[in-house]
Amino acid sequence: MIPTKEEWNKALSERYGEDIQKKFSYATVAICGLGGLGSNIAIALARAGIGKLILIDFDRVDITNLHRQQYKANQIGIFKTEALSGSLKEIAPYIDLETHTVRIREDNAAELLKTADIICEAFDEAECKAMLTNLVLETMPDKYLIAASGMAGMSSANTIQTRKISKRFYLCGDGSSDASETGSFISSRVMLCAAHQAHTVLRILAEKFEV
Amino acid sequence: MVQINSEKLNIAGKTLAEYLATTNYDPKRIAVECNGDIVPKAQYEETFLKDGDIVEVVSFVGGG
Repeated sequence: MIPTKEEWNKALSERYGEDIQKKFSYATVAICGLGGLGSNIAIALARAGIGKLILIDFDRVDITNLHRQQYKANQIGIFKTEALSGSLKEIAPYIDLETHTVRIREDNAAELLKTADIICEAFDEAECKAMLTNLVLETMPDKYLIAASGMAGMSSANTIQTRKISKRFYLCGDGSSDASETGSFISSRVMLCAAHQAHTVLRILAEKFEV
Repeated sequence: MVQINSEKLNIAGKTLAEYLATTNYDPKRIAVECNGDIVPKAQYEETFLKDGDIVEVVSFVGGG
């Protein structure tokens, strides 16, 4: 039996206090890329009671994703936006989801991200990460950006960190572990980085801006 | 002295583009902040580094 919206909000409010619960539920967070980082960030934020997620990815679920991304074997072949939305609605039935099955480029980012309070960069390619970071920081001065760099391989979990680069720019990861050098991604280490990003979102909303 | 990623360098008077040309950074994979503000990519060649500037070059690696 799925709880009512009132029961749902009451349960969250009892956990966090009404003030924090409201801040979470009024927030809109955009997740750019729904791979190992983005799918894990989305689930953490949905569980925490974020009001609205904007989910953006052009790709479909592939068998090679399943060792680290929050998809299921029976979702292979469908768009990640669609697959993740289904899972998120099972976890948090009252979350508001906006999906865009497109590639984010310099010419469509402003429109896609216009209602977001906080943007999570969760792309795979370094060039795309840099493009989005420059674009958001140059042209969207009212938004927070939480980017990620360096989470591949088997290095210690303790090397994954959150750094505050400037007032509205946070960077998670170890800063150096590149998939092309370390071979592959391990689900637990990718989840650590995603958890750093999701936690930074929640801390910003709770007005805890230092790391 | 200009502080770049915690390192103090004697490069005041150079442009950001001139400094970056002496490094191994891939220009397509970086974002640069100077004194807490993003330096737009189009302004690297006209951004002169001054004594006391604090610069952060964020160089992304792939994975996500």
